[in-house]
Amino acid sequence: MSDVNRGNRPLSPHLTIYRPQWTSMSSILVRITGNALIVAALMIVWWFVAAASGPEKFATANGFVTSWFGDLIMTLSTLGLWYHLLGGLRHLVWDSGRMLDVDKSELAAQMMMVLSVLLTIFTVIVV
Amino acid sequence: MAFLTDRKRASGMGSAKTGTEHHWQMMVTSVALLVLTPLFIFTFGAILGSPYEEVIAYYQRPFPAVVAILTMLVGFFHYRLGVQTLIEDYVHGFARKATIIGMICLSYAAAAFAIFAIVRIAL
Repeated sequence: MSDVNRGNRPLSPHLTIYRPQWTSMSSILVRITGNALIVAALMIVWWFVAAASGPEKFATANGFVTSWFGDLIMTLSTLGLWYHLLGGLRHLVWDSGRMLDVDKSELAAQMMMVLSVLLTIFTVIVV
Repeated sequence: MAFLTDRKRASGMGSAKTGTEHHWQMMVTSVALLVLTPLFIFTFGAILGSPYEEVIAYYQRPFPAVVAILTMLVGFFHYRLGVQTLIEDYVHGFARKATIIGMICLSYAAAAFAIFAIVRIAL
């Protein structure tokens, strides 16, 4: 309704004005990690397609995925994937009407950050 | 524009009424991925870095292959829904529509390529 004069009413505080909180930061990180996972996902698709295409194609794709740069993307993506998984779990708990209080929400945010790091370390050791 | 009545200005601006379905599909895929993701991390992680012959033999086994197929199928569908929400929040006008269509096509294409490749390796 851009044609309506809405007056000089104050705007609500935005991301750049608000002090960072556990709840807002943990939420935006779920979005960032989820969408950033497309990079690793497309690399894995390339790896599968290359494996189905023969040894030469596989050598190229596998060489990239297991290079230091590929390892870096895969390790960061593992952290992102675990974090996003825990974030999704938190959403499912929220949707069931539980842990909606601020203190419990903040505790969940801190747990997500600690657990995702621990699960990533575990994954790197096992894999 | 001053000739528009308030009623006319407001009509047709409501929701698309697909939000419930979107949320439900997000919940279902989230629950599925809660199981699939750890299985995929440890099956895919176990074979990544192995030579070509071992990778082919590994994905000819039913369990790793089906885990990979389901993860790609459900994962990319989940991504297709999630990225649409992201675009709707930050992109506006024609660019929004174009980006949503583009990312939906990319999601389905990626899933199709992955599944075709895994089936071809397995069979």
